[in-house]
Parts: sequence; C-alpha cells; structure tokens
Amino acid sequence: MTTYILRRLLLVPVLLFGVTILIFGMVSFLSPVERSALYVREIPRNDLQLQAVIKQYGLEDPIYLQYWHWLVGKVNPATGERRGGILFGDFGWSRTGSQPVADLIRQRFPNTLDLTLWAIVPVVAVGIWMGIQAAVHHNGAADQGGRVFSVIGTSFPTFVFGLLMLMIFYANLRWFPPGRSSDWASQVILSDQWRSYTYLLTIDSLLNLRLDIFVDTMRHMVLPILTLAYLNWAVFLRVTRSSMLETLRQDYVTTARAKGLPEKDVVNKHARPNALIPVVTLAGFTVVALLGGVVITETVFNYPGIGSATADAAANLDVLTVLGLALFIGLILIVANLVVDVAYGFIDPRIRLD
Amino acid sequence: MAEIAIPKGGFGVTEAIPLRKIGPVERLLGPETYRIVVALLKTPVSILGFALIAFFIVVALAAPWIAPPLHPNNPYDIPRDGFRAQPQPMMSEWNREQPPLPAWWKPIMGTDQWVHLLGTSEGQYDLFYGIVWGTRTAFKTGLIVTFVTLIIGIVVGSVSAYYGGATDNIIMRGVDIMLTLPFILAALILAAVLTPKLGRSLLPATIALIAFGWMGYSRIIRGDILSVKQRDYVMAARVIGVKDSRILMRHIIPNAIFPTLVLASLAIGDVVLSFAALSFLGIGTPVGYADWGQTLSFARNWITDLSTYWYIVVWPGMTLVLFVMGWNLVGDALRDVFDPRMRGRGGA
Repeated sequence: MTTYILRRLLLVPVLLFGVTILIFGMVSFLSPVERSALYVREIPRNDLQLQAVIKQYGLEDPIYLQYWHWLVGKVNPATGERRGGILFGDFGWSRTGSQPVADLIRQRFPNTLDLTLWAIVPVVAVGIWMGIQAAVHHNGAADQGGRVFSVIGTSFPTFVFGLLMLMIFYANLRWFPPGRSSDWASQVILSDQWRSYTYLLTIDSLLNLRLDIFVDTMRHMVLPILTLAYLNWAVFLRVTRSSMLETLRQDYVTTARAKGLPEKDVVNKHARPNALIPVVTLAGFTVVALLGGVVITETVFNYPGIGSATADAAANLDVLTVLGLALFIGLILIVANLVVDVAYGFIDPRIRLD
Repeated sequence: MAEIAIPKGGFGVTEAIPLRKIGPVERLLGPETYRIVVALLKTPVSILGFALIAFFIVVALAAPWIAPPLHPNNPYDIPRDGFRAQPQPMMSEWNREQPPLPAWWKPIMGTDQWVHLLGTSEGQYDLFYGIVWGTRTAFKTGLIVTFVTLIIGIVVGSVSAYYGGATDNIIMRGVDIMLTLPFILAALILAAVLTPKLGRSLLPATIALIAFGWMGYSRIIRGDILSVKQRDYVMAARVIGVKDSRILMRHIIPNAIFPTLVLASLAIGDVVLSFAALSFLGIGTPVGYADWGQTLSFARNWITDLSTYWYIVVWPGMTLVLFVMGWNLVGDALRDVFDPRMRGRGGA
C-alpha cells in the first residue's frame, strides 16, 4: 500500500508541471499587451506607459523567463512590491469580473462546492439503486426500462435538458427559479447580521438559524441538481448494472443460492458489496467532475459557480481570466484525483499490484 | 443457418463435419465483421438508430431543396425577418428578406406564402432554416473532428505502444496531463484563446475539440496494439528483418484497429454535442450561422417567457437530441455485440 501511495504521489509533481505548462502555453498565445493584465490592473492606453509596463514585467523576455515570472511573480523595483505569481495565488486581474481573478475564485468556488455536495447524494444513491434493479431483473421490464432511460439520458445535451427543465418548472409552474437566491435573501446575506462560517450558503443559512433562507437556497438548487442527477444516472445505471451482472455470475453467488439463502440476502449481502467496487471509483470521479465546475449546467441555470464564471469570461474573450480559472480547476482536480485513487487502493487491493 | 453437407456417394471425412453456407458478403467482410454487421441489422434498437442517422443524412443532402437559401453563396447565414427581439410564433408570415419558396410547399399547402414553419428566434432568425442547414454544420464538424482525432489518436497510440519503454511512459504521462482538465472546459479555454486569433468561424471550436479529443483513442489503440504485438506473426516479421514502420503499418495496425474505427464512427454524435455545447456558451460560429447550439443559445434571454416561446427551445433541442440519440442507439447495440460474453447468444 505504501508503495502504491508513493508511486501515485510521485505523479503529482509531473501533473502539476504539465498542467502549468499547458496553461502557460495558451497564455503565451496572447500578445504582450494582453498579458500585462497578469501584473497590472489597468492596461495603460498611452503607448509610452504601455512600453514601460511591458519592459518592467518582462513581457517580451524569453519564454522560460516569462514562465518563471508567471509562477513566482515579479517584484516592482520601485516599490518593492511583488505582482503576479500564480504560486502565491495571484492570478492577475479579471477584466470581466472587475476584480482580481483570485477574488473571483474565492467568491464562486464555494457555490460550486455547495452544489457538488448536494448533487452527489441523489446521483450516487438513485443511480446505484436503478443499476441493481436492472441487473437483478436482467432482461425484464426494469432492465428494458432502465435501458431506454439511459439512452435518453446520454442523448440529452445538458443545456437542452436544462432549458426544458426551466421551461417546465420555472416558466410554466414557477416552482424552481434559476440563480442562487431570491432578492430578499441576497439582501439578508449581504447585510451585517449575516455571518459566514463556511461560505457554503446552505450550511451557513442553517448556522445562522435562517430556515427561510435555507429553503430559498435549496429551491434555487433543485433544477441544477436534477439536471446533473439525470445525466449522471444513466452512467451509474450502466456501470452498476454490468458490474452486478458480472458478480451475480460468480461461483460464490451460486454457492450462496445453493445453500438456500433467500434471494434478497444473496443480492444485498453477497453480491452487492463486491459489485459496487467499480461504482465507488465512478462516484469519486463524478465528485471530481462536479468540483471542476459543471460549466454548462451552471451557465444554463445562471448559477454563480466557478464553471459559469469560466464560461462568462470565455464568451467575453477575457482569455486571461479563463486561463486563471482553468488553472485553479486543474489544481483542484489533481488533488481530488489523488484522493480518489488512494481511496480506491484501500477499497480494492488488486489495484495496488498494478 | 448450420446445415449438414451430404456427401455425394462415398463416405468421406466430410460426412460428420457441419458446414455453414458462406455467402459472398461474409467472404468479403470476414467472419468477425460479418457477425457484427448481421447482429446490428437484427437488433431493433440499432435499426431505429440507423433510421435516425439516415434521416439526418437525407436532410443534410437535401437542405437546398428543403429550405432554399436567400443568398446561394452564403447558405449558412440564417435569413432574418427584420430585427425585432421578440420571437415570432410558428406559421407566422415572412415579411422581409424572404428566401425562395421551397418546391414542396405549394403542393402540400396550396399557397404561395412562405411562412416561418417553426417560428423565429430572438432577432428574427428563422428556426426551420437554422435547423435544416444546421444539419450540414453538424455533419461537417462531426466528420472532420472525428476523422482528425482518430488519425492523431492512432499515430500517438501506435507509436507509444510499439516503442514502449521510456517513449511510452512520456507519451502516456502527456496524455494524463491533457486529461486533467474536464473535456468541455479544456475545449472551451482553447477555443477562447483561438477565437481572437482566428476570428469567429467554425475553426476555433473545431481545433479545440480536436486538440483535446484524441487521447481516448490513443489509449484504446495502445492497449489493442500491445496485445497484437505479442502475436507470433509480428515476431516472425521482425526475425526476417522487416522495417519497424512496415511492421507497424502492415501487420499490427490493420489487426488492432477495427474496434477503434467502429467506436470512432459512432462518436460523431458526441462530437456534435460538444460542438453545440461550445456554441451554446457563445464560443465559435458567428452570430446567425446555421448551427444548432447557437440557435439554442438564443433562448437564454427568454427563460422567464419560455411558456410563450417554448418553440425556440423545443424544436432545435429535439433535433439535437434525436441526432445524438441516433448514434447512441447504434453504439449501445454495438457495445453488446462487441461484448465477448454475449457471443454465441444469437447476437445482441
């Protein structure tokens, strides 16, 4: 186990280096003028000042020097103040957000985290339940139904499904609005009496003992959760089904049946735990994918997470912000993937020998 | 299918051997491919899938006849009936910029007045026209992206698998790095970087989908090659001194490539979906280009009024769903056919 974890840990610096190179490669597509937003708030209009900025921050230096400055920042010799440097969490200035990219992340990422936490439970629980039903009733009505369900689920683009949800549950029924919270709730949240403990709105509202705000927040999250759930159920159903079918064919299951165990116990106690091993990995990677900011879902529902921040910046061609956000997401995903892989090593001993 | 060959006179060895009639088609395709084709043609699910795909192919080919363009040189520009923001309902009449009347309209409806069959979207873009010509955009991008990603995937995967060792390790770590970011996000950022350089066209999104789309193929083909590489005929070719490139091209790839080829051809649905997602997010084609994702994105400003303007979501949305579903249905049936455990159970 130790070797497995060590080997997996050794991959992390490689991935980190690779992702920074990948993102920096795209940064270097930009002109020096555009890149100056990495270090200064306002790109000077005046040509002379512009040249001074480009010179000061070495925006026409050789590429490896620029990469280094991009990583650790550059000290302004006049003031002795460090500007830029992604390793210090300075991702530059966001033109579309009118604030540092790091602040944008601080504002948006808790919302994405909140959505992930609430979405993953129904996704995994219901998805697994459906997959097991399909496998236990192999080729029966539940199986065929599940099949239709999953083909439809995989064929629906997120944004089409999301728009249809909005059409039905918002435009027609007025049940579940898009966005993050209603106006009255936002006013409370922005006021002095509100205390942010975790920055996750659902949990903070409970800690502030404001049940009305909790309900309001949840109402805004129903549609994104439903959209994410439906599209992921199809995948969970498929994986659980095929893994369960495989397990039900094993000899030890036949033995259990031959001993005369009731079918319920055979399925629930003997087959299910082993069948769920690949599903656990899938669940891990789904959490990772959700954390990465579900770009389209957040955009459709106007949900202020990190995914919609990326999409907004991209649509406005604010490339530097896009790349800053992407870099942050990449770093989060590398860590999250590591956690999933190590957890998988604990669950399934076979993987360690690989 | 199986029948016993009756020996003419004599009692040869053939007496006990059951022979199957092998038709010319099977001889042409080889037994494995033939089995897959037959199984696919027998499954109702995949027949429905093929029917959907065929329907869209016909629409794409007949687009100039179904919805004649206003400017034959720029058929992908959706004709707009004025500039008002509010969408117009279905069957409302054309007022301005009316394209030629399609030939099939009068025999069916008996009038000369061409209408907005499916209504107009924000900015008076005709939905019917956009959907019909969007089919061409879908096939164009789908085919190009699939073809190029496949080629890149095959080249990278086969080089990696054939040379093994350090080369393999470096290439596969590169693949890991490329896979760190979620696909749509990665494609989105690259398209955003490229758009200011290349201008708004099909190009940025296409390049972005290609750049981050080939890794899956290279992994699959690498695995298949690693298993084919162990076979005796490869060793034999090496022993007699055949060049590396020739062994790879003539002996290994043809034997390893088939599953990848089939899977790739069915990935067109996913590619079109991703492309539509990018244009939905506002990256890629210029405004007014016949492209399903963009047509859908017009609906984003009308979310509160979708109970009235439902058609601006439902028609382009359903078109996209049916298109993707066609490929998925065939793919689903195919996955069963490929699954070795299903073999010998009457196909799918």
